[in-house]
Amino acid sequence: MGLATNAIDFRAVGQVFATESGPLTALDDVNLTIAQHEFVAVLGPSGCGKSTLLRLTAGLMLPTEGKVSVYRQPVTRPRDDVGIVFQQATLLPWANVLDNVTFPARHKRGRVGAPDRERAAEVIAAVGLKGFEARLPAELSGGMQQRVGIARALFLNPDILLMDEPFSALDALTRDAMGYELLKLWQASPKTVMFITHSIPEAVLLADRVIVMSARPGRIVADMPVPLGRPRDESALRAPEVQDFAAHLRELLIAKEPSL
Amino acid sequence: MSANADTSAKAALTQPMREAPSLSLTERLIVMPVVLPLLTFVIILVLWEAATRVFAIPSFILPAPTRIIEGFSAVTPSRWSAHVWATLRVALIGYLVAIAVSLPIAIGLAKSRLMSRALYPLLVVIQSVPVVAVAPIIIVVLGTDDAPRVVITFMIAFFPLVVSMTTGLMATPPELIELSRSLRAPQYREITQIRLPYAVPYIFSGLKISVTLAVIGAVVAEFVAADVGIGFFIQFSTSMFRLPQAWAGLVVLVAMSLFLFQVVSLSQRLFFPWSLPKERR
Ligand SMILES: Nc1ncnc2c1ncn2[C@@H]1O[C@H](COP(=O)(O)OP(=O)(O)OP(=O)(O)O)[C@@H](O)[C@H]1O
Ligand SMILES: [Mg+2]
Repeated sequence: MGLATNAIDFRAVGQVFATESGPLTALDDVNLTIAQHEFVAVLGPSGCGKSTLLRLTAGLMLPTEGKVSVYRQPVTRPRDDVGIVFQQATLLPWANVLDNVTFPARHKRGRVGAPDRERAAEVIAAVGLKGFEARLPAELSGGMQQRVGIARALFLNPDILLMDEPFSALDALTRDAMGYELLKLWQASPKTVMFITHSIPEAVLLADRVIVMSARPGRIVADMPVPLGRPRDESALRAPEVQDFAAHLRELLIAKEPSL
Repeated sequence: MSANADTSAKAALTQPMREAPSLSLTERLIVMPVVLPLLTFVIILVLWEAATRVFAIPSFILPAPTRIIEGFSAVTPSRWSAHVWATLRVALIGYLVAIAVSLPIAIGLAKSRLMSRALYPLLVVIQSVPVVAVAPIIIVVLGTDDAPRVVITFMIAFFPLVVSMTTGLMATPPELIELSRSLRAPQYREITQIRLPYAVPYIFSGLKISVTLAVIGAVVAEFVAADVGIGFFIQFSTSMFRLPQAWAGLVVLVAMSLFLFQVVSLSQRLFFPWSLPKERR
């Protein structure tokens, strides 16, 4: 039942940008369906239109061709049930952790009430930052800052979580730890996740499905389920069929990467 | 033996303190911003005094600091304060008017491409007009009270403020603007809750430049037409060949600029410590 519902739906979507050197086709004939509470990773070379895909879903821009729908409604503007996590945490440097997490309430409604602070305490605890509420972003490590960014996105309890290379600015160890924690969060409170990444291991560890894109024009070249059950751990990742899957993804990506 | 172990333990404990010295409040608010520059100033004075004596420089070319100090007593303290107040008042009013006018203009320039296309060239033209040359015209048009002097001060202090504010308002990470749009928040909150606070470091660099320019503006205005104020005093003293006295006026002006500059820096340190680079908090 739940899986039958489509959360995100791209139908023949094209996106052309007018640039100084003429029109630039960022996306071409993209068809993509993401079921509710599915975790989908999007892999692709730099500039292939991954962030554009995410912005279209978020309603931050409208496609020049085709149709983008969220829960069967055409996306015409940003929706309340969609949260975004960016590559850089982009926190407010003057606001402490609590105020950064409650920022959506303050920004949207102009005030932060007691229920907002309760909700903030919840998500701050969920991302493991309890006790750091009064810290300023500059006093936190990169990983902790990104946790705040995730808590801020979770604060309004979105049903769809859009993540644009959220861990790519972190060191490898922190990155792995954050991946496992994201999975825990996702299992505790299921959400539809569109997770953009450059990292094959990250995509394999996290996602139900991996979308591979090619650059110029941005097209979907592969759409494959990850051959792995849940919950996942290090040893499951070492299974031969998973290794083969990762190798296959690598081939697809290298074939699509412009030659050096 | 045990006492020895105790001291070495203490030394070990204080070791990290020494590596990363954290400044006390007094150090942060008084020693760093006030005492250190003052010290530099005193050293320059001493060298200056020595130079005038060693090379026997006549006082109408370069009076010794001691002669300049004598120049201070040429006028009564109450007259001094009248001069200081006249200049300070014009500088501050012109400065505040410049801030009040530049902020909405900067917001318009940052937010609207149309407004920036329409207004920016005009601002550059205004900035290119040599204020010293238009000052007499302004005085003729506006009379000889504070108003023309405030306008002249405003014209000199205004441009750096607009530029720094506009730059600051556009320095916001685009992701935060996208976050704001994704929340469908009212437009003005994008300004008040994101762009303006992000612009604070830029705004303060503009405020620091402009506060000393405001003093220059007030003095320029007094050169043209005034019967009180430090600028008037300097011009008057020079015309009477009382050079040490003119230099005393100059010292007062420098002190005034320095003081205003420190007030601005200090308010940034006090009210917006997060806006300073980490090592200078
Ligand atoms: N607003 C815009 N105006 C013009 N061109 C744009 C705009 N946004 C994106 N592009 C172009 O569209 C293409 C796809 O951009 P996009 O940011 O979606 O790529 P990406 O896959 O997210 O890249 P990266 O991995 O580097 O983040 C790029 O060539 C980019 O230069
Ligand atoms: Mg991108």
